[in-house]
Amino acid sequence: MTLPASFRDWFARQGWQPHPHQVDLLNAQGDGLLIAPTGGGKTLAGFLPSLVDLSRGPYRGMHTLYVSPLKALTADIARNLARPVADLRLNIRIEDRTGDTRPAQRARQRVDPPDILLTTPESLALMLSYEQAPAIFGGLKRVVLDELHALAESKRGDQLMLGLARLRTLAPDLTVTGLSATVEDPRSLAAFMGGARVINADPGPDPDIAMLPTARPAPWAGGGGHYAIPEVLAQIKAANTTIIFINTRAQAELFFQALWAANDENLPIGLHHGSLAREARQRVEAAMAAGQLRAVVATGSLDLGIDWGAVDLVIQVGAPKNVKRLVQRIGRANHRYNAPSRARIVPANRFEVIECVAALQAVAERDLDGDPRGPGPLDVLCQHMLLTACAGPFDADHLFHEVCGAGPYRGLSRADFDACLDFAATGGYALRAYDRWQRLMQRDGLWRLRDPRAARDLRMNVGTIVEAEMLKVRLRGRGGAPLGEVEEAFAASLEPGDSFLIGGQTVRYEGLREMVVEVTKQPTKQPKIAVFSGVKMATSTQLSHRVQALIGDPARHDILPDTTRDWLDLQARISALPRDGVLVSESFPHMGRWHFALYGFAGRNALQTLGLLMTRTMEDAGLGPLGFLSTDYALLIWSLDPVTDPAPLLDRDALRDGLGDWLAGNAVMKRSFRSAATIAGLIQRNLPGQRKSGRQATFSSDILYDTLRRYDPGHLLLRITADEARRGLVDFDRIEDMLNHSPQHDHRMLDRVTPLAAPLLLEVGRVPIAGQGRERLAEEEAAALMAEAGLA
Amino acid sequence: MTSYMFDFDGQSLQARPSGALFWPARRWLIVADLHLGKSERIARRGGALLPPYEVQATLDRLQAEIAATDPACVVSLGDGFDDDAARAALSDAVRERIWVMAQGREWLWISGNHDPAPVGAGLPGETHPEWRDLLTLRHEAGAGPDVSGHYHPCIRLAGERRRCFLIGSDHLILPAFGAYTGGLIAQDPALTRLVPDGLAVACASRAMAVPLQRSDAQPSRGRRNPAGRRF
Repeated sequence: MTLPASFRDWFARQGWQPHPHQVDLLNAQGDGLLIAPTGGGKTLAGFLPSLVDLSRGPYRGMHTLYVSPLKALTADIARNLARPVADLRLNIRIEDRTGDTRPAQRARQRVDPPDILLTTPESLALMLSYEQAPAIFGGLKRVVLDELHALAESKRGDQLMLGLARLRTLAPDLTVTGLSATVEDPRSLAAFMGGARVINADPGPDPDIAMLPTARPAPWAGGGGHYAIPEVLAQIKAANTTIIFINTRAQAELFFQALWAANDENLPIGLHHGSLAREARQRVEAAMAAGQLRAVVATGSLDLGIDWGAVDLVIQVGAPKNVKRLVQRIGRANHRYNAPSRARIVPANRFEVIECVAALQAVAERDLDGDPRGPGPLDVLCQHMLLTACAGPFDADHLFHEVCGAGPYRGLSRADFDACLDFAATGGYALRAYDRWQRLMQRDGLWRLRDPRAARDLRMNVGTIVEAEMLKVRLRGRGGAPLGEVEEAFAASLEPGDSFLIGGQTVRYEGLREMVVEVTKQPTKQPKIAVFSGVKMATSTQLSHRVQALIGDPARHDILPDTTRDWLDLQARISALPRDGVLVSESFPHMGRWHFALYGFAGRNALQTLGLLMTRTMEDAGLGPLGFLSTDYALLIWSLDPVTDPAPLLDRDALRDGLGDWLAGNAVMKRSFRSAATIAGLIQRNLPGQRKSGRQATFSSDILYDTLRRYDPGHLLLRITADEARRGLVDFDRIEDMLNHSPQHDHRMLDRVTPLAAPLLLEVGRVPIAGQGRERLAEEEAAALMAEAGLA
Repeated sequence: MTSYMFDFDGQSLQARPSGALFWPARRWLIVADLHLGKSERIARRGGALLPPYEVQATLDRLQAEIAATDPACVVSLGDGFDDDAARAALSDAVRERIWVMAQGREWLWISGNHDPAPVGAGLPGETHPEWRDLLTLRHEAGAGPDVSGHYHPCIRLAGERRRCFLIGSDHLILPAFGAYTGGLIAQDPALTRLVPDGLAVACASRAMAVPLQRSDAQPSRGRRNPAGRRF
């Protein structure tokens, strides 16, 4: 395909030259994956072949389908495409279709689809479940998958790839184009989309990235980064527009508050994170787009999204945790192609100083990290089967063949496929109780819904995003303004009078009314609590290995700041430095307790799991463990008696057994189960309006989990839950990686706190160990309540 | 002893940590809201295919209670079955199991809103809309004092929801005994209307009594559960 004269003229009139990768993609035969930095005209490149094709004359039916992870992005694309379409006088209808699209419009799109449809993975899955799907998509020529790197990180990507396999069956001539930011392994991303030619755009000049020099050194512990407020403020003043990325919502709230306290010139600064009310986020985004803000303090909620050309500086506060994400974040500064992005990093504590130095080296070497994707998850496949049945009867052999064409499922075994089909049809229980009430049944060799009315419920359950149960936060009083949301578990831990930060203001918890957290404003009081129990991201495996290697190699310590170098020198003299291939641990007494520090560098989730497993073994061994604490680098356990030999505690088989039986009853596992059970269609999502009716009729998924474990331990959903535990919150794979990466043990018995362990003692987030933990706490609370009421 | 002993309507009673009520003077074991056959009913109505083990799980627990208390009479305080059709769909093995559990004792089925019809000949025992004796037993609280179920009460203790007994001056409300039963929080208006103050006895490793608190007037508590917030 060549660029027609009218398009060349249009580029010339804009004063633009088509980028080489835009031309490449236009000439490409077959499926392609374009890897380009932000600002590289990626989206236009993705649409150019469609626009050229459609400029040749009207097309019957839908020509191009565009899928993006964000609803906001589809609206933005619609606006951006409108200009070339109008300038070139193309007769093209472009519409979006998301959860926000009005029912009348959706119905019309089913009968009369636009030339170009912009949508999300969930809306695509829904459309594919309609009986009219073959008619809607039968003539499809092109699919554009935007921000594919982000989609590939979650089950949304797996669902999208299953949908894509379906589209390829419905429209065999389809050409698929993936668009991605810079990733560590483009070929595996290409395999994820079912195979594609990789087109690499010019990555642009190296970024201007460095540590932000500060008057005070980073503190020993903590994650706030508040010591750098004056320097951050000075950077904001000097720049046009700044995005300040912070790792957690709670830290973002606290940093924002500290920044405001020091903001003498009243610079307009906004706050943006996932717990804020949508209205509040949209206000900030609009102000940002209009150039009214000088800075915005944000979490990962701004990792994707609309490009703001005016942003010329990114400040990362806290450890970057992941080099790839750091590079993508840096890319958000200076969206002009071929101009270097500017970024500054602020480590929050001494350990993070080392991580930041290691990350800067990795950026300079363009050595990106990323964990290899596991095989396509089976819960997503179960949902896909049920939705496929909603569209019409299917043949199991055909569907198996089709599913294997989806990148993540290319290695799927027929046995796993059949297990999923059995689950979707009968529930998949050892006790065959539902023969009369199967959801899918086979008739004339084809699988179909037993009761076609079930399609409605199944369609309402589309998607793979399972949120923690969130409660809205509102100011008390009639029509109180919504401030945001908090997790139900966090709300349950609040008591009237507690104050917490949300949306940059301190509020006082008043009570819970009809599943809404009611608060009042409390501007003066210091917040006691600022914890959202969100998932904390762990430092990537590759970056952790870099940090471990850097600490263990004194010859390279000259690139570290003086204070850090002195600290590590002292550690080397008093104890030992963690180093590549060696798992260093220490036992020492402190405040009347023995402490055991293990420098595992396995990320906070894996080290927390290891803490749970090791303290259990210590309890069995009679060492009297009292509690533990985990960071991204180290695990600290305190106990009545010392650990003198860590090897038995780190026995791989014993740890695996512990994961199998004891940890299986853990709340983290129950959370994984709930998510898998929801995606697979065993339990329905809580739909809006349903919750008010009270919980009398509904019951917790924990009960289902416990029942299955007891009566049907081989059930598919338990297998899926155990698979998930290898990654994510439980992250058992990283424990195994730690044992493989550092096979040698170096344990030191010492008489006092070591330099490397000292900051750990200052960290928050201690987990108390009590043989009968929860029961004992409940008893204490019950006793206290009775005493207070004068009843005991 | 891990039960909680108390007096209600002139009778000495035991709230057992399982959620069953034991009446020592008569040696009656009273359980509310078994909801046997719930997963079958949901499947029949085209809903989810839940793990079909809740009958087994509920009867396992009931059997343990019978073994522990050796009651002269077992009382199902209404909603023993999730509906009448679910009762009809019980397997022969389950019926047989209930017959064995009923051997050497009486069985009294109080009708509930889910299971209004008499149990018939396929199961042991008699069905009554309510039972008036030294205590009044009925499914849904009426003119007190009475002992009832229906609401599946629960409370939050140390950040966790637990099934509970509600003990007021007019009403004693039992928690649901069935495996697949949710709960209605004790602070819900439907429950505060019946039991405005009194005690909640939570089902935990032992039966734990706590004073009932209104959601809008909770006294401040000194302790909280640090572990509860981590996950």
